[in-house]
Amino acid sequence: MSLHTMAPDGHTADHADAPVFAGARRAELDELLTRYPTKMAALLPALWMVQEERGWVSPEGMEEVARVLDLTPAYVKGVVTFYTMYHQHPVGQHFVQVCTTTPCNVCGAEDVVTAFLRETTCGELGVTSADGRYTVVEVECLGACGFATPVMINEALVECVSVDSVKDLLAGLD
Amino acid sequence: MGYPHPSHPRETPVISKHFGDAEARTLAGWQAHGGYDVLRQALATDPVEIQNVVKESGLRGRGGAGFPTGVKWSFMKPDGKTHYLVINADESEPGTFKDREIMRWTPHQLVEGTAIAAHAIYAETAYIYIRGEYTEPIARVREAVREAYAAGILGANAMGSGKRVDVHVHKGAGAYICGEETALMNSLEGRRGNPRIKPPFPAVAGLFAQPTTINNVETVCAVPHVLRHGAEWYKSLSSPSNPKSTGTKLFSVCGNVAKPGNYEVGMGFPMKDFLWDLCGGPPAGREFKAIIPGGSSVPILTPEECAAAVMDYEGIQSAGSLLGSGGVICFDDTQDMVRQIARLARFYAHESCAQCTQCREGTAWTVKILERIRDGEGTMKDLDTLLEIADNMTGKTICVLSDSCATPVVSGLKKFRHEFEAKIPKNRSMAMIPDLAPATA
Repeated sequence: MSLHTMAPDGHTADHADAPVFAGARRAELDELLTRYPTKMAALLPALWMVQEERGWVSPEGMEEVARVLDLTPAYVKGVVTFYTMYHQHPVGQHFVQVCTTTPCNVCGAEDVVTAFLRETTCGELGVTSADGRYTVVEVECLGACGFATPVMINEALVECVSVDSVKDLLAGLD
Repeated sequence: MGYPHPSHPRETPVISKHFGDAEARTLAGWQAHGGYDVLRQALATDPVEIQNVVKESGLRGRGGAGFPTGVKWSFMKPDGKTHYLVINADESEPGTFKDREIMRWTPHQLVEGTAIAAHAIYAETAYIYIRGEYTEPIARVREAVREAYAAGILGANAMGSGKRVDVHVHKGAGAYICGEETALMNSLEGRRGNPRIKPPFPAVAGLFAQPTTINNVETVCAVPHVLRHGAEWYKSLSSPSNPKSTGTKLFSVCGNVAKPGNYEVGMGFPMKDFLWDLCGGPPAGREFKAIIPGGSSVPILTPEECAAAVMDYEGIQSAGSLLGSGGVICFDDTQDMVRQIARLARFYAHESCAQCTQCREGTAWTVKILERIRDGEGTMKDLDTLLEIADNMTGKTICVLSDSCATPVVSGLKKFRHEFEAKIPKNRSMAMIPDLAPATA
């Protein structure tokens, strides 16, 4: 799966060169560092901050995290690539993750994926729609198996999504 | 109160009693239900005394392994070293969504249980590691922790006891393997979530190489109830016929079932009544074909095997599977078992941390072979190859992810072999595989 399409939604454009860890974010990181006996332990939270600010974790973002936590960029990249939730490429304004693991799969989750690919005009998993609004991916178990099919759209989990509800769900987004 | 369905009269709601009650989410609401009274008493009690009550109650780990909680705590001695408590809220075993509801509805129940457990193992610091996808549970628990600090329940002088109890929420970033305790500790330290070789065990050298106890969310949430009402009360909630499995257990039910959701019953509850009465049986007009009773990593059972089983550690084991995390996944008679077992294998292949060759290669080859059988391109020899690979993946790696991938393949082939064979074209031989076929003119 590839996530190569650039999102023209401004996530990356304006302030990509400005440091993430300045002002309030620096203070937040400093407070976090008091919770752990090592600087390295703040790595996952620091990467989350970069993604919250920038929409993805760019090579520059990894370098900055490495700098503030006294790690090497190679080490940081090794950690980033292990975890599925850090975006290593820009994604659409609405990042749609549809659970298709077994418990949801038996309830028809693959049809829900097909409906999202059609209604968002993405057409293909991991590809951002031409208008930059959507990226649709399959995700492994979201831990909401009793509410098949659960779908995460950015930070929000939507329970019990069906083929029939996809269109209205998308219409309700910004 | 049940959620998303009302409690069934035959449920025993202890931990889930306030699911669906938004009032219970707040500190004031939780205290109105007697919240934090037990913590106050516990902080004034010797840790060994708390360990003994929990030992006596028979409480066992609810994350899947079933290790006696009080015994685990008793490994932590007052040795002057920095101790850590880690709460495993990385709930990611397919079919399991109980900790999600605990954290969404009763975050203070978790904070209270965590603070008691920290005191019981001589720790001043606890980390609650919650999977990154659980955005709402993370927000609820963070808010509960914030409220608890503001009220002096947590902090340098917890509830005026003179003892320090710090609780921090740590957000994961997407990796099933981080539910494995040593992988979780690596992840918390800012590393890739690779499981560690044991020994050393966490009680000797765990998080930041310090003595560490790691407990599941549901386990520590049972503790305040055990301490409030006593070990005898806790044991009275479960079937008296099996003293090895005590108290209540939350079961998450999903897949092809009439009423999916969480159900809390006493250990030893008859599985037949559970599936057909509480959960309403299969969807209308269908029959159950298969049930995975304890999260996707445990052997698949037939409905007949389930109907004869009782729901506790030993009961499900004697039926041929494991209680695991309590995630009950139902398959009805419209499901293609080859397709679903291939999908499960794909999950494990995706989630392998790739440290061990048997797992990295074994999960990938298992998927390739299962998917070609699914697509009508398999051979009879493939069935033997699958079992051979499964054998190489069982008991031979640092953690059990590899075993977990092999388990549904082996039990699926045993119980649903006819479905696999039906997909293999008759008389298909090596000669029919294009790359291996002899050249023809």
